[in-house]
Amino acid sequence: MIHFVLLISRQGKVRLTKWYSPYSQKERSKVIRELSGMILSRGPKLCNFVEWRGFKVVYKRYASLYFCMCINQEDNELEVLEIIHHYVEILDRYFGSVCELDLIFNFHKAYYILDEVLIAGELQESSKKTVARLVAAQDSLVDAAKEEAASISNIIAQATK
Amino acid sequence: MNPFSSGTRLRDMIRAIRACKTAAEERAVIRKECASIRASVSDNDNEYRHRNLAKLMFIHMLGYPTHFGQMECLKLIAAPGFPEKRIGYLGLMLLLDERQEVLMLVTNSLKQDLNHANQYIVGLALCALGNICSAEMARDLAPEVERLLQFRDPNIRKKAALCSIRIVKKVPDLAENFVNPVVSLLKEKHHGVLLTGIQLCIELCNHSEEALEYFRKKCTEGLVKVLKDVVNSSYAPEYDISGIADPFLHIRLLRLLRVLGHGDADASDSMNDILAQVATKTESNKNAGNAILYECVETIMSIEDISGLRVLAINILGRFLSNRDNNIRYVALNMLMKAVSVDDQAVQRHRTTILECVKDSDASIRKRALELIYLLVNESNVKALTKELIDYLQVSDQDFKGDLTAKICSIVEKLSPDKIWYIDQMLKVLSEAGNHVKDEVWHALIVVITNASNLHGYTVRSLYKAIQKSADQETLVRVAVWCIGEYGDMLVNNIGMLNLEDPITVTENDAVDVVEIAIKRHSSDLTTRAMCLIALLKLSSRFPSCSQRIKDIVTQSKGSLLLELQQRSIEFDSIIEKHQNIRSALVERMPVLDEATFSGRKAGSILAATVSTSLNYVNGVATSAAAPLVDLLDLGADEPAAAAPTFSGGNFLQDLLDVGTSPFPSQSGTTQAQKNGTDVLLDLLSIGSPPPENSSSAPDILSLSQDNKISVSPLDSLSSATRPSVQASSTAMMDLLDGFGPSPPPTKDNGPAYPPIVAFESSSLRLMFNFSKQPGNPQVTEIEANFTNKSSDVYTNFIFQAAVPKFLQLHLEPASSNTLPGNGNESITQKLRVTNSQHGKKSMVMRIRISYKLYNKDVLEEGQISNFPRDL
Repeated sequence: MIHFVLLISRQGKVRLTKWYSPYSQKERSKVIRELSGMILSRGPKLCNFVEWRGFKVVYKRYASLYFCMCINQEDNELEVLEIIHHYVEILDRYFGSVCELDLIFNFHKAYYILDEVLIAGELQESSKKTVARLVAAQDSLVDAAKEEAASISNIIAQATK
Repeated sequence: MNPFSSGTRLRDMIRAIRACKTAAEERAVIRKECASIRASVSDNDNEYRHRNLAKLMFIHMLGYPTHFGQMECLKLIAAPGFPEKRIGYLGLMLLLDERQEVLMLVTNSLKQDLNHANQYIVGLALCALGNICSAEMARDLAPEVERLLQFRDPNIRKKAALCSIRIVKKVPDLAENFVNPVVSLLKEKHHGVLLTGIQLCIELCNHSEEALEYFRKKCTEGLVKVLKDVVNSSYAPEYDISGIADPFLHIRLLRLLRVLGHGDADASDSMNDILAQVATKTESNKNAGNAILYECVETIMSIEDISGLRVLAINILGRFLSNRDNNIRYVALNMLMKAVSVDDQAVQRHRTTILECVKDSDASIRKRALELIYLLVNESNVKALTKELIDYLQVSDQDFKGDLTAKICSIVEKLSPDKIWYIDQMLKVLSEAGNHVKDEVWHALIVVITNASNLHGYTVRSLYKAIQKSADQETLVRVAVWCIGEYGDMLVNNIGMLNLEDPITVTENDAVDVVEIAIKRHSSDLTTRAMCLIALLKLSSRFPSCSQRIKDIVTQSKGSLLLELQQRSIEFDSIIEKHQNIRSALVERMPVLDEATFSGRKAGSILAATVSTSLNYVNGVATSAAAPLVDLLDLGADEPAAAAPTFSGGNFLQDLLDVGTSPFPSQSGTTQAQKNGTDVLLDLLSIGSPPPENSSSAPDILSLSQDNKISVSPLDSLSSATRPSVQASSTAMMDLLDGFGPSPPPTKDNGPAYPPIVAFESSSLRLMFNFSKQPGNPQVTEIEANFTNKSSDVYTNFIFQAAVPKFLQLHLEPASSNTLPGNGNESITQKLRVTNSQHGKKSMVMRIRISYKLYNKDVLEEGQISNFPRDL
């Protein structure tokens, strides 16, 4: 089970956090501080796993961003690396060659996508296409609602002119 | 419109925050935004609610408090439209966690949304439920989720399956409801549903043996076939990862097969072929393939023995271990740990490679490899492996030295073939990484040294040589100083030479030099310095020619600000100066320390603490013995002798070693120091062989102390039995010492002694009072309260309160702890001082209240104490 997902920039800024196990607000910031200290200081050629408080944190760096997932001792670390890559590829496809700025300004979108990949700390979907389709369908629902709202306010504006 | 709601868009706010150059600027921007959001919240502004929530989520991510936005999430979730619900649920998952009360309010909205006609809204609700539901919500909404496992759209079915995992984790009783739906999920073709169905199945198996049995019977065949199909499937672009069709599904199938095959030969047998196929056919040049192989190896290791497969699995691990990729090596080490129990020999073959991994530049790999090596050490390879590890200790990273040292010490202690090897290896470790060695390790070393009487000379000479090179390793210094104090004569005279040794020339002054340097070294801590003082005292007798020099060194500590050192140096100075006649008897070599006692103590250090607290109680009785001793040696010049407790002879090793490191140093500095002061004397006395006329009484003290050690808590039963003997021995002891002292000591009047009482006793708790009075001040009574927990649970937040009538004045000192372990293992002591203004007319009474937490619940016990001795 994945206990939490963290996206941390090379400067130690938090870009996304998702907690599947209960951590209080205080613990959360402590965890982030501890882990960013441990992970950001690791050299490039080292393995992608860090042992931490009896758990393992699997991390992978993409450009300036570190994607980290915390798992149990007995989980498959190599698979979690694949899950991270799976998520990154979906983000990449969605934003069209994703960069850190995309994730800053559209952080909510990054969350929506993550919610289609993981639930309860477990993998939900292994097809990138399906995830992309589901996110697109929900986006279009939102757009439709916005258009509708705009047209209604237009009609109201016209009627009250 | 609210003047504050500037209506900045989310994008603008993020820009503004990013433009901030300092943390203070950022805080200012956030403060402004939060103010406007609060204003908008209190206006119940509908139009910007979703935008405000989005902003709050960003602010939350930066680590600022956002609790005021929690209710906004609920409002958005309750709104009818999809866009509002989408952001509302996201906010719910980010800003809240399962422990917040607010969450209960959302249960109803969730229930409605789970039944919503729009499947995307159902999806949102399932996702939120799966990520943050609490046990109550799980119970309330489980029927809805169960129903959704059969929903027409597979994307809802897969979400419902994962949501069920969370529900089963929160409320394991609900597991059986999901067994039947899972069987049909496992037959699905849709990968997402299959994937999540398998995960749910694994979870159910973890919770219920029945479910496991059921799935094993009904599904094993089918799952083996599914795995076969996936392994042999043709190229499918949707699921392809580096040439493998859906590695995620592979891995989960293998994991479920592992659960089903574990402990069942038939099921294991039915998956034999497919596992062999996966193990041999999977491409291992990409991470995805290796992930599958890794999972497959683990499955092979856990299912029932199919020997051919095991060989295959170990070979895969061997390949992994020699891989250049650090990730692969890491998982190989990880898996080999599990393989050790299955096939130790096969893992031993890779020992050299694993040993190389201990020296890797990657901390994660080093740690794994060290754990693995630790498992691989046995009698036959211990010498070679220890040598390698100790060699590596010299060059290893500072932050790895702690782990490495602990493991080496543990290996050496566990598997040493003989004492000289043990001592040699420990000395190497101490010289290399003495600062990382734990206290119990060097204590154990000293115990072994005292027991190896033929090696005393060798050890002290080796230590002397070692300390010349590594004088900065604290624990090495301690052991060396201790040994020089004990065996200094052997060092100087080359006594007990072994064949392998070269003779060295050390003068008496050289030996004293070592101790002097250690005591003066800036970084030496209290324990080391105190040990140095003792060593000096011993050397003053062993090397009479250096006596004056030693006295000078000891005198320098007389001005120490550390009470412990100051007091000891004064004591020792007077021993050196005034008591030449008894000195040599006082500082005789320590008797051989009992290894069994020591390892027993190591096992139960808690027990030792109890012994010391329980011994305090004897004081009340034994004061008359302690006081003259103290007087005799001029120790108690400025202390109330009555307070000085006696200590058991059996504890003296601890006392000598643990000088001044009292369990509660912060509050009981003075009493502790006094304790130690007397301990040493008692210890010293117990070392010196008593003259015949005393031989009958001195052992009484020792036997008393042994009694105490055995009986941990029932003090009252002990009291009546031991009292007479203590008094008897004390008088004898006085006689003995009177003979030695230059002038007979004046006996102090300590006032009458009072028997201790059981002040309060309930089914779970016992409170004992020990009384003492300062001579010449009959109104004031010092009470030592001793709390013992009779139940098996630990009490936390333990607080004792007491109230007295007006004619009494009560002063409570801080308690020794606020946690009281169960089974009478340890007690809390607290001192009280009561001044009785009507002394002699009225006797004391007291009301007490004891509160503590048991399983996080507050418990209160109250009572009145009126059984105080009459004339307090």
